[in-house]
Amino acid sequence: MRVLVTGASGMYGGGVARALVERGDEVTVLQRRPAGVPGALEVRGDITDPGALARAVAAQDAIIHLAARVAVVGEWPEFERINVHGTAALIDAARHAGVGRFVFVSSPSVAHRGEALVGARAEPADPDRARGNYARSKAMAERIALAADRGPGQGMSVVAIRPHLVWGPGDTQLIGRIVERARTGRLALIDQGAALIDTTYVDNAVEATVAAVDRCEDVHGRAFVISNGEPRPVREILTEVCRAAGVEPPRRRVPFRVAHAGGAAAEAVWRGLGREDDPPMTAFLAEQLATAHWFDQRETMAALEWSPRVPLAEGFERLSRAYQDAAAP
Amino acid sequence: MSSAPRAPATLPPPGLPGLDPSWSRLVTAPDADGIGRTWHVLDTGQPDAAGTLLCVHGNPTWSYLWRGLLASAPAGWRVVAVDQLEMGFSERTGSARGLQRRIDDLGGLTETLGIAGPVITVAHDWGGPVSLGWALAHREQLAGIVLTNTAVHQPEGSPAPRLIRMARTPGVLDASCVRTSAFIRGALAMARPPLPSEVQDAYHAPYLDADRRHGIGGFVRDIPLEASHPSAAALDAVADGLGTLADVPVLLLWGPSDPVFSDLYLHDLEARLPHAAVHRFAGASHLVPEDAEVAGTLTRWLGTDLAVDGADLAGPAESGVSDTDAPPSPSGRRQPLWAAIEDPTRAEFPAIVEMPAVGGRRFARPVRDGAPVAEPTVLSFGELAEHVRHLAAGLVDLGVAPGDRVALLVTPGIELATAIYACWRIGAVAVVADAGLGAKGITGALKSAAPDHLVGIPRALLAARALGWPGQRIAAGGADDRVRRLTGTRTSLDELRARGASLPLPPTPSADAEAVVVFTSGATGAAKGVVYRHHQLQAQRDALMAVYEIAPDDRLVAAFAPFALYGPTMGITSVVPDMDVTAPSTLQAQALADAATAIGATLVFASPAALVNVVATATDLDPSSLDALANVRLLMSAGAPIPPELLRKVGAVMPNAEPHTPYGMTEALPVADISLEGIEAAGTGDGVCVGTPVPGVEIAISPIDELGRADGALTAEPDITGEICVRADHVKDRYDRLYATEAASSRDAGWHRSGDVGHLDEHGRLWVEGRLVHVITTAAGVVTPVGIERRVEGLPHIRLAAAVGVGPPGTQQLVVVVSTDPTAPNGGLGPRSLAAAVRRVVDVPVAAVLVAPSLPVDIRHNSKIDRARLADWATKVLAGERAGTP
Repeated sequence: MRVLVTGASGMYGGGVARALVERGDEVTVLQRRPAGVPGALEVRGDITDPGALARAVAAQDAIIHLAARVAVVGEWPEFERINVHGTAALIDAARHAGVGRFVFVSSPSVAHRGEALVGARAEPADPDRARGNYARSKAMAERIALAADRGPGQGMSVVAIRPHLVWGPGDTQLIGRIVERARTGRLALIDQGAALIDTTYVDNAVEATVAAVDRCEDVHGRAFVISNGEPRPVREILTEVCRAAGVEPPRRRVPFRVAHAGGAAAEAVWRGLGREDDPPMTAFLAEQLATAHWFDQRETMAALEWSPRVPLAEGFERLSRAYQDAAAP
Repeated sequence: MSSAPRAPATLPPPGLPGLDPSWSRLVTAPDADGIGRTWHVLDTGQPDAAGTLLCVHGNPTWSYLWRGLLASAPAGWRVVAVDQLEMGFSERTGSARGLQRRIDDLGGLTETLGIAGPVITVAHDWGGPVSLGWALAHREQLAGIVLTNTAVHQPEGSPAPRLIRMARTPGVLDASCVRTSAFIRGALAMARPPLPSEVQDAYHAPYLDADRRHGIGGFVRDIPLEASHPSAAALDAVADGLGTLADVPVLLLWGPSDPVFSDLYLHDLEARLPHAAVHRFAGASHLVPEDAEVAGTLTRWLGTDLAVDGADLAGPAESGVSDTDAPPSPSGRRQPLWAAIEDPTRAEFPAIVEMPAVGGRRFARPVRDGAPVAEPTVLSFGELAEHVRHLAAGLVDLGVAPGDRVALLVTPGIELATAIYACWRIGAVAVVADAGLGAKGITGALKSAAPDHLVGIPRALLAARALGWPGQRIAAGGADDRVRRLTGTRTSLDELRARGASLPLPPTPSADAEAVVVFTSGATGAAKGVVYRHHQLQAQRDALMAVYEIAPDDRLVAAFAPFALYGPTMGITSVVPDMDVTAPSTLQAQALADAATAIGATLVFASPAALVNVVATATDLDPSSLDALANVRLLMSAGAPIPPELLRKVGAVMPNAEPHTPYGMTEALPVADISLEGIEAAGTGDGVCVGTPVPGVEIAISPIDELGRADGALTAEPDITGEICVRADHVKDRYDRLYATEAASSRDAGWHRSGDVGHLDEHGRLWVEGRLVHVITTAAGVVTPVGIERRVEGLPHIRLAAAVGVGPPGTQQLVVVVSTDPTAPNGGLGPRSLAAAVRRVVDVPVAAVLVAPSLPVDIRHNSKIDRARLADWATKVLAGERAGTP
């Protein structure tokens, strides 16, 4: 099978591309930076560049669209340009090129209105009520992608998968930030850190993504949440990550109200200063860290004929080994 | 009063919640006077239905009340719900319609609708008399009657006539019923829980202006309060006609919180329709079809009590695991409950010994050396027999009739035993609501059981007056004149006994007569009344005597109050130790030893909570106390799972006692039994091993599915987890006024579903894994709590553990909640080391380990963990909410 993977420069996207190469697929990767996936054909370019897109999608059997702007803060136009217009452009290009399968990598936040998610199912994406620019743009993009679904024989088959908090060795997004903050004493728990949070070990996310390509025509038109199915209290997750990285786990506790108000203030300051990096806390992040987020995985596992093979405990051990290897001279 | 305007029938506006527009139709039929009138009816309209449910609303509702029943129309039944003329969307005829006219109107309508086959009438409120009038006029097609909060007569003591008179005051009636919608709003406000505003709007929809509300006033005007009322004769004819319906199945579905149609009306209907199946929905009010599961209960009733094919009723005769050596004991040959008391050869032996109370809040402190201790009071079997005979005759003289219910709110001891055996002797039904239910629990229990008489100690009499407990009051426990005056109590047990000394005894009741109403602990909801007949209690006594080889020379210390009552019928001496019977954990080792000394005890029955305190206070026992306890041959402890470590510790206090724990429940006891030796031989497993069935008991398992539903066919196969089902002569007769609960619990004919989950092993031993409602349904399968809890409780510093599920059924996460030693100051996440230790001993994934200062347990046993409450708490904590302590 010929597969295009967009956004293959990160841990997750790169993992997907490598897994496809390893099993013998012909893989093309598309992103701005070099992805460094051995055995994959690289197309460099912006996701909204029609020329680059046309080159990348030509003669593909399937597309896995991971490229996105991911950040907890930032101005809307950039989210809209990359996440919404980029997805629309890629869908267009794919349709014109006659690509049969399209896997849109989404996020559970597209259907999240801020309340605790307790054993939640994959509800329809809802841009009007999604929290923050990232979630809103992904919700719009998921709708665009699923609207292009026609099913096998009728056109393109589209599936959306929504992995929740993908992490693993080499992850700069989630793990990197947690460890960096802990190292500098800036990591605090909100309340007692009891909210149950589901996460996805990267290998499980990669296998689910590959499964989504394989099962795309059978389960087209649907959205699936992907996670390890092992929710744990936030405090436990942060503690295990810190221990794996050899840094002191968080002890400081901040009441939710303080974190939420402080986060809102920090966002305003960052906006005022025009800073591009993430502020230490945002109102959205405070909410995310203080409320439960875990999912009903039964439908996903049945539809994708997939189940997470790396349990959380094993994931933390691999993370620990990776940090030890990195520290070794 | 303005004259009533006329208006044609219309269809309801579209979009009323829960109302399918395809049900609505307009039908013109001749009314009582032969004039064509147009009705609005809801009709599911199956042409091939086996029969019709004919539903009649009351005042001021309309057929909308029955939408739930139409939506889930029982298979094979057409459901027709009418809007009475002048009501709902039916025609406003401009004329007044009295009861008889309405009955005839309805007959004209059913004829026009061509309802010819079997009909079950279903009615609410003042639709009741109309529908019953129709039923009496259509006996040839009447297949059954369902009534919900209605009346055919004003029973004595009801406040309703006063309310109705007030509502009828000139001016008030028109103002409340017609000119304003106050009457409708008042009726809708009674719903428990409150109705959503869209549903309230739907009830208002046909009554939006005064012109449309004349029928509401007309209905109130038509309630006959005096013999001269134009509808009095028609209502009396309906009430009298009920006596002719003994062959018609009747289902009474009641909302006991109804301020108008109170339980008094239910009891009036029950007296007129004694064969009726009754379900009282705890907490439901006047609008029962809104408040409670009326449609589902009705469907179940149609499927069981109305099954035409008798073969269906017998059910398959599965057989479970049983003690094959059990002697056959046909119930006809059992001894009456009072037989042993009247045995002349035992007349001189002590029957009941009462220990003196050591004074004050004595239970908190050990008895001081040298304190003056009064002598125990001893009543011989001969004296007890005389007490019972005299009190029995006195009760009859007071007017207590066979079948009357007599609540006994009396401290365990001579008086309670005398009262209960006297009730049994005359065929009265003892209602035993033990103090362990708490005041609120007792109130609910007594209101549902509705005793005709209430025997109470002073505290109970005062509570009865304050909380409105029903029953003619009789004093016990030395109630003084002041208490008696305050509580309107005219006589006492002592006075009745004196009165009865010279009076003859009535004939003995049959073994099939009802004997007691007892109550479940309410640990899993409101306390449920459980009815036993004499032969079932006899079987229970015989089962206990057989399994524990109880002989005439045994002597029993019963620190578990209900058990004390069995001493006399077993013909053995019994004593209740000095303790607060409402709090078993107050039993001191010295009090137990004193009781054992007083009778030379060979048997001890104590709850696990009591034993914990006995062990804790056993260090100061003197040698003579130790000697007395060394004579005990058998220790029985029940009420909750008992850790073997506790039984071993008790062994130090009662070295010659073989510890046994019977397993059972309020509805069936004993079911199984195991000794400490047996527990040790069984070892650890998934749950707690409660042993093999006692003689005469069969046990089977109804397997559970992945959502924790026990729907599987009964099996005795080993290693299948499911609901534990029991068959025995001493299983309860039924739940009291809980038709639906009873039908669910006896779904398999002859078997009682216990609500416990467990499995049988290859040796025929039963393992209890928890309550069915506490089963945790994870995506990977069903997890039961008890096995996990036992393993976690084996860890150091863990006092109690509870395994609960958080999240939606089928995808729950397992959470373990523990109380620790030392006690955690706050509730919340447990430390990392604790979580790791728990995960090491639990073989399924644990999402989180929480600690709490203490775990909530039931009042009666002080040991059944309220896992539902803990699950709610854990859900809040793990959702990130502030949850305090459970």
